[in-house]
Amino acid sequence: MSGAALQASAPARETMRGGRSALTRSRVRAAWIFIAPTLIVLALIAGWPLARTIWFSFTDASLNNLGDYEFIGFENYVANFDGEWFGLLTDPDWWRSAWNTVWFTLVSVSIETVLGIVVALILNAAFPGRGLMRAIILIPWAIPTIVSAKMWNWMLHDQFGVINDMLLRLGLIAAPITWTASPDTALWTVVMVDVWKTTPFMALLILAALQMLPGDIYEAAKVDGVHPVKVFFRVTLPLIKPALIVAVIFRALDALRVFDLIYVLTANSRDTMSMSVYARQQLVDFQEVGLGSAASTLIFLIIALLVVVTLVAGQVRMSGEAR
Amino acid sequence: MADVVLKNVRKSFGRVHVIHGVDLAIEDGEFIVFVGPSGCGKSTLLRLIAGLEDITSGDLFIGGERVNDLAPAKRGIAMVFQSYALYPHMNVYDNMAFGLEMAKSSKAQIDAKVRKAARMLQIEALLDRKPRQLSGGQRQRVAIGRAIVRDPKVFLFDEPLSNLDAALRVQTRIEIAKLHTDTRATMIYVTHDQVEAMTLADRIVVLNAGRIEQVGTPLELYHRPANLFVAGFIGSPQMNFIPCTVARTGKDGVQAQLPDGGTVTVPVSSEGVRAGEAVTLGIRPDHVQLKGQGVLTGRIELVEELGENHLLYVNMGRERHLTVREPGDARHEAGQEVGLSLDGGFCHLFRESGEALPPLPGSRGPAPTSPDLNSTAA
Ligand SMILES: Nc1ncnc2c1ncn2[C@@H]1O[C@H](COP(=O)(O)OP(=O)(O)OP(=O)(O)O)[C@@H](O)[C@H]1O
Ligand SMILES: [Mg+2]
Repeated sequence: MSGAALQASAPARETMRGGRSALTRSRVRAAWIFIAPTLIVLALIAGWPLARTIWFSFTDASLNNLGDYEFIGFENYVANFDGEWFGLLTDPDWWRSAWNTVWFTLVSVSIETVLGIVVALILNAAFPGRGLMRAIILIPWAIPTIVSAKMWNWMLHDQFGVINDMLLRLGLIAAPITWTASPDTALWTVVMVDVWKTTPFMALLILAALQMLPGDIYEAAKVDGVHPVKVFFRVTLPLIKPALIVAVIFRALDALRVFDLIYVLTANSRDTMSMSVYARQQLVDFQEVGLGSAASTLIFLIIALLVVVTLVAGQVRMSGEAR
Repeated sequence: MADVVLKNVRKSFGRVHVIHGVDLAIEDGEFIVFVGPSGCGKSTLLRLIAGLEDITSGDLFIGGERVNDLAPAKRGIAMVFQSYALYPHMNVYDNMAFGLEMAKSSKAQIDAKVRKAARMLQIEALLDRKPRQLSGGQRQRVAIGRAIVRDPKVFLFDEPLSNLDAALRVQTRIEIAKLHTDTRATMIYVTHDQVEAMTLADRIVVLNAGRIEQVGTPLELYHRPANLFVAGFIGSPQMNFIPCTVARTGKDGVQAQLPDGGTVTVPVSSEGVRAGEAVTLGIRPDHVQLKGQGVLTGRIELVEELGENHLLYVNMGRERHLTVREPGDARHEAGQEVGLSLDGGFCHLFRESGEALPPLPGSRGPAPTSPDLNSTAA
């Protein structure tokens, strides 16, 4: 190699030091500047309360005297005194509420996904008044949960509710059903109201995905004579899968921390108690900030774990699955 | 195999009439090309034949059967879309095989068909790739492959080469021509490209605003355009048009009086033509000759060198322009005054309605060597 060539390559090596050019470095710096405000706000409104909750879960804090507490390690979670087990992980009510929550999430999100797809497919078809329909269908989603839950509470009332009245008149049932109180129906009732409320949201997300699909491949399938049902399962569904998974994760996260709906419909009933309702009961009704915080921390861990599992299993690449 | 017959086919989208009564008989095994300006209804006509749009009125027959109410899949057609329309999530193999799965063929049969088509189109090495991992030309070939495996009686192509670069276009064009010779299937092909139309077509259909202007072999359209529209549309650069009046009619044709006083005798039928009638004289840029003293004079405005030939844009004053194509490198420069002479044997005359006067028998063919009919008036 000649001396001139060596000299020419020296500055190039200079910029390559650390694997980054000056341009890349300045881009990275700009990126950090732009996301810094978001990170700070997130740290303040999400990070700080989370950290405090986790901290409280290791203490014996109580709601009537929040300033005075001691660090007790994992005793809120599980502890052994004189051969007897105590703590959250040994409380059957906690496990019951955890199971209720998971069951509620699985069932309601499944139904909402299927119904959401059906509604989205209908709204995606061309028919007169489609714009109006798209607006109308959003109404259940737009009503605050507290309001709609109260509304359903009245409609489902065992003596004065319109639903029992209708079913009785139609002769479908012989006696009024205590929808929200009976252990057989309570959780299903909660699921039904949640489906009523949240299907529009699912439908809208899926509709957006459907509208991104290229129209020409459907014409190609038509010319090829592929049956519409097969087109749906082999073409539409795979193509909206990334959006569908995102929608399902959104909904599942919401459902896992369900509170207002269940609290309004069935209060502190054990049959329907969700993890969030349990945590509230510990925190507020029993004033056990430590135990409530431990429950909240577990909810956080469970949700975080499920998100990771879903993301990995679904192999959602959040970027670059484009055509 | 199948012929395709359209009888007074009309199409309207709501109140917009797009196709105004098209009559066309396409023979079995024929290669038909639709050309026409953008928005004239070429794609719509193709989609009517495919069954992707409903025919508003009229009849469509494929292989003798009326197919107006038949689903696209039952018409024995295959369509290649301009946008390829490949399934983005399926690999090349599945893209080609997907449509066959319905047709009650066994896995082995499907496999054989797909591999045969892939070999034919030289995409065997790409069978495992997704469409997004392919170049435009490769995608195009997959789209054609998907049509081939269906063994259609009629192939429909909607501007299949418009997204390809020049070299790939020529190559794919040749492949399509080969496909036609191999399969002898009827092919209907929409294009904007003159060269594609001229080289591929057995017959060209020139469409304008939802109507057929002329149907004929490429050379028929080139040498005997039926009207001003076809004359202007076929051939590049465009035919020159010069407004004239009829000076005299006779057995040897019609003598046209040029605006600057010269006359040209064009060997066309003079039936029904009166002296003094306004006509348009058309002559292709290749047939205008540069002469020191011609029937027309003008100043060269622009010279375009194309290598094997060159174009001269001549301004003849009063907003009138003429394009001349000369072989080889230009021997002229912009600004030069030139004389132009017109060979009557190469001229076309169009009446005011736009309709062409029919050439006298034997006067104009694919390679005319008619005597110089120019007459230069002082
Ligand atoms: N679905 C539709 N609704 C209303 N008008 C339409 C529809 N499809 C096509 N048209 C109209 O029909 C006419 C013909 O359209 P078409 O697509 O057949 O043109 P084209 O000849 O294929 O043009 P291009 O060469 O640009 O592809 C256009 O004026 C277009 O606006
Ligand atoms: Mg078109």
